Amino acid sequence: MYLTIAVIVLIFVVIFQIAKASEYVSLLKGESVSRKQNNKVNGFLMIVFLVLGLVGVWYCNELYFGKTLLVHPAASNHGEKVDSMLWWTLGVTGVVFIATQILLFWFAYKYQENENRKVYYFPHSNFLEMLWTVVPAIVLTGLVIYGLRNWFSFTGEAPNNAMVVEVTGKQFGWIFRYPGKDATFGKKYFKAIDAATNTIGLVWKDDATLNLKADPATLDDIVTEQTVYIVKDKPVKFIIGSRDVIHDVGLPHFRLKMDAVPGTPTTLWFTPKYTTKEMKEITKNPNFQYEISCDQMCGNGHYSMKGVVEVVTQEEYDAWIAKQKPYYFSAFPDADPANKKLPASDTTKAATAKL
Amino acid sequence: MTNEVLLDPHAIASDAHHGHDAAHHDEHHHTETFISKYVFSMDHKMIAKQFLITGMVWAVLGGLMSVFFRLQLGYPDSTFPWLEDILGKWAKGGHITPEAYYALVTTHGTVLVFFVLTAGLSGTFANFLIPLQIGARDMASPFMNMLSYWFFFIASIVMLSSLFIETGPFSGGWTAYPPLSALGSASPGSKTGMDLWLVAMALFVVSSLLGGLNYIATVLNMRTTGMSMTRMPLTIWALFFTAVLGVLSFPVLFSGFILLIFDRNFGTSFYLSDIFVNGVGALPNEGGSAILYQHLFWFLGHPEVYIILLPAMGMVSEILSTHSRKPIFGYMAMVGSMFAIAILAFLVWAHHMFVTGLNPFLGSIFVLLTLLIAVPSAIKVFNWLTTLWKGNIRFTPAMMFAIGFVSLFISGGLTGIWLGNSALDIHLHDTYFVIAHFHIVMGVASMFGMFAGVYHWYPKMYGRNLNNTLGYIHFWVTIAGAYLIFWPMHYEGLAGMPRRYYDYSIWESFKQFGGLNQFISTVVMIVFAVQLLFLFNFFYSIWRGRKVTQANPWNSNTLEWTTPIKPGHGNWPGEIPEVHRWAYDYGKDGKEFIPQTVPVGADESTSH
Repeated sequence: MYLTIAVIVLIFVVIFQIAKASEYVSLLKGESVSRKQNNKVNGFLMIVFLVLGLVGVWYCNELYFGKTLLVHPAASNHGEKVDSMLWWTLGVTGVVFIATQILLFWFAYKYQENENRKVYYFPHSNFLEMLWTVVPAIVLTGLVIYGLRNWFSFTGEAPNNAMVVEVTGKQFGWIFRYPGKDATFGKKYFKAIDAATNTIGLVWKDDATLNLKADPATLDDIVTEQTVYIVKDKPVKFIIGSRDVIHDVGLPHFRLKMDAVPGTPTTLWFTPKYTTKEMKEITKNPNFQYEISCDQMCGNGHYSMKGVVEVVTQEEYDAWIAKQKPYYFSAFPDADPANKKLPASDTTKAATAKL
Repeated sequence: MTNEVLLDPHAIASDAHHGHDAAHHDEHHHTETFISKYVFSMDHKMIAKQFLITGMVWAVLGGLMSVFFRLQLGYPDSTFPWLEDILGKWAKGGHITPEAYYALVTTHGTVLVFFVLTAGLSGTFANFLIPLQIGARDMASPFMNMLSYWFFFIASIVMLSSLFIETGPFSGGWTAYPPLSALGSASPGSKTGMDLWLVAMALFVVSSLLGGLNYIATVLNMRTTGMSMTRMPLTIWALFFTAVLGVLSFPVLFSGFILLIFDRNFGTSFYLSDIFVNGVGALPNEGGSAILYQHLFWFLGHPEVYIILLPAMGMVSEILSTHSRKPIFGYMAMVGSMFAIAILAFLVWAHHMFVTGLNPFLGSIFVLLTLLIAVPSAIKVFNWLTTLWKGNIRFTPAMMFAIGFVSLFISGGLTGIWLGNSALDIHLHDTYFVIAHFHIVMGVASMFGMFAGVYHWYPKMYGRNLNNTLGYIHFWVTIAGAYLIFWPMHYEGLAGMPRRYYDYSIWESFKQFGGLNQFISTVVMIVFAVQLLFLFNFFYSIWRGRKVTQANPWNSNTLEWTTPIKPGHGNWPGEIPEVHRWAYDYGKDGKEFIPQTVPVGADESTSH
C-alpha cells in the first residue's frame, strides 16, 4: 500500500519535472516555435487516436460480442422484434458514428496550424444547415415509426388464451401466484400479509378490524417462490406488483422488463419460444437459466434478488401444476384432504365445498 | 445578422450606472479585507473561483468513491486491508460491504451530477463569464450571488456530514425513488442519511435558484452598449438557457422533496401505498403513488441533463472557434438549436419511465419528443465539424478538450437514439448500456467542457499559465481512459447486465464479464490519478505558473480579454468598452481576428 503510494508519487514527480523542463525549453525556443512543435505532435496524435480508436472498437467487439445476448436467438417473439430493431438502430447510428468521428479527427489533423493557410471565412450556409436538419429529422422519423409499432405491439393487450401468473416482488425475492382450478385470482390485501404463512395477504378469512370478507376464490390459488413455470409457445401474462419498495421484473433473454410498484399493478406479456432445456443446447451452457433480475434499486440485497423462469412443454407443465397444492393448505394443513384423518373445522369445510 | 450598430437603450442605461459603480469600486478596493475579498466576496470572479474549487473538492471525493466501488466490481474476491483503515466498519476485513457499496454509488451520483457538474460547472462559468463577456461590472445582485455560493457551501457541509453518521449516508440511488427512500425500515441508508441528503439537496436548490435568477437578470439587463442579444458569445447564450432551465425545473424537484419529507416524517401517503416491510409489518399508508415522485423528479432530472451539458456546449463552441481561428459555423443555428434543446428538455422527462407501466400512448409521445432532440444535437455536431473545416487549428489544451467533447458527445449522443426509443429501452433500461450512455454524453463530455473552460480561461482567472505539457498528458490519458472505461460497458448492457449490482457471481447470465470489470477498474484508477495531476497543475500554477504577459493570450475577440491581466472588482478600470460586432470575426478579410470592440470598417465585407 505505502509502496504503491510512494511509486505513484515518484511517477508524479518525474512527470512534473519533465513538464516543467519542457516549459523552460519552450521559453528558450520562443513561444511560436514551441507552439508549432506542440501542434505537430498533437495533430499527429489526433490521427493516431482515430486509427487506434477504430481498431479498438473492432477489437472490443471481437472480445465481447460473443458474451452478449445477441449471439443467440431471442427467447420470445417480442425479443426477435427487439433484436431486429436493435440491428437497424445500430446500422443507422453506427454509420453516423464512424463518419463523424473520422471527420472530426481528420479535420483536426488536416487543418492544424499552418502559416501558409488562409482561413476560410465561412460563418454560415443555409443549404448546409437545412441539409443537416432535414436529413436527421427524416431518418429519426423512420426510427420513431419503427419503434412505436413495436412499442404498441409489446404493450398491447395479451391474447385471450394467455396464461396468467401474478408476480410479486419483495426484499429480496419473488413470489408467484397461479389462479388455480377456478382460473380466478382470489382477493388479497396487504394488511392480511403474514410473513410466514400468507406472504401476499390472501383474504381467506373474515377480518372485522380490517373490514375484510373471505374470498373463496383464494382457496385454490397456488403460490410459489423464486421459480415460475410457463409453457413454451403459449402466451403468458404477468400481473406484477410489489410488497414493499419498487422492484423490476427483468427478463433479459425475453428482452423484457417491467417495474413492480407497490399499490399500482403493472402487466407484461410475451410468448416464450424455447424451453429451458432447448436453451441449454442453444447456448451450449448446461447451467443456463432464464434468470429474473431485479432491475430497480431496491435495497442492500438488490444484487441477489434473483428469480428463475422455467419454460417447459405443456405436458411437463400439466404434470407440475397437478402436484402443486393450494397455498391455503400450507397455512391451514387441516383443510388439506390429504390430511383427512384430522377433523376439519366447519368453516373450512364450507369453503372447500364451494370450490 | 448584420453588423449595423444596434443601440440598446438598456445597455446605455446600465452603462451610465456602471460609470457610477466604477468610482464606487475603486474606493472599495482600499478597504478590502481578507474576509471580504476571499471569503464573503461579492466579486463575481471570486465567487466563480469559490464554486470551482468547491466543485473540485467534490469531484475528488466523488471520483474517489467511484474508485472504491470499482474496486469491489473489479476485484470482488480480493481484500484490501487499507480500505478498512479508511472506511472502518464499512469495509470490514478489507472488503466493501453492500451497504457501503450502495452508499458510495448513490453519493457518487448525487455529488457528481449536482455538486460538480451543476454548481462546479455552471456555477463557475456563469459567474465568471457572464459579466466579463457581456461587458458588465458584476452580476445584477452581487449579494444574492454571494448567498448562492454560501447556500451551496452549507449544502456541501450537510451532504458531507451524512457520510459520517452511524447508519451511513443515503444508499438508494441518486434518483432517491420512494418507497425505498421513504422507509428507514427498508434500508438503513434511508434513516438519518436520507434526512441529511434531503436537507442538503433543498439547500442546493436554493443556491441554484439564487444563482439562476441572477444570471438571467444580468444577461437580460446589463449588456454593454452595442451588445445586442445576437452579438453575445455562444457561452452566454448557453449559460442563459441553462439558468432558465434551472429556474423553471428546480422548484418542481423541490416540491417532490417536500412531499417526500412529509411522507418520511409526518405520516402522509403521497408516495406510499400497500406496503409490508419485513420485520415491521404492514404500514398504515394507503392511496399514494410511488410513480408520482418519479414524474416530479424527472421533470427536473431531464432538464438537469441539459443544465449540465449546455454550458459545456457553449464553451466548446467558443473555444473551437477561437482556436481554429475561424468563425463558429451557423451562429444563429447554434442559438436556435440550444433554444430547441431547452424547450424540448421540459417535454421528454417520462423517457426515464418507460418501464414503470406508464400509459403506452403517453409513452409514444415521449418517444417522439425525445428523438426530436437528436435533430438540434445533430445540427450542433455538424456545425462544430464545419467550424474546424478549413480552419487553422492551434492545439492548446483547451482546444484538445473541446475536440474531445465533440467526440464524446457524438459517441454518447448516438446511444441516446437507442434508449429514447421505448421498445428498445424496455430491453436496455437500467443495464450497463445506460451507464455507458449517460457517463459518456453527460458525465465525461461535460467534464471535458469544464476542463476546456478551465484551460481556456485560466490566464484570465489567475493571471498565470497552466503547464501545457501536463495539460496534454491530462487530455490524452483522460480521453483514452474514458473510452476504455465506458465503451466496453455497452457490451455488458447488451448482455442485459443490470446496473447497481454489488456482485454478479451468482448470476449465470452476467458473470462472464469478470475480466472486463477488472480491466475497467484498473483504468479507472489510472484516470483518477491523472486528474490529481491536473489538480496539482491547477494549484501549483496559481502561485508558481508562468505569468501571463499579454492581456489577450489567445488572440480572442470577446470582451473578457479587454480587461487588465488581473482585473479588479468592477472588471474594467475605465469605461466599459462598447461592442460593434459579433464575437466570431476570425479570419475575416484576411485579418487574423477582429475583437468585438473594433468598429466596423468602411470597406469591410458584409458576408455575415
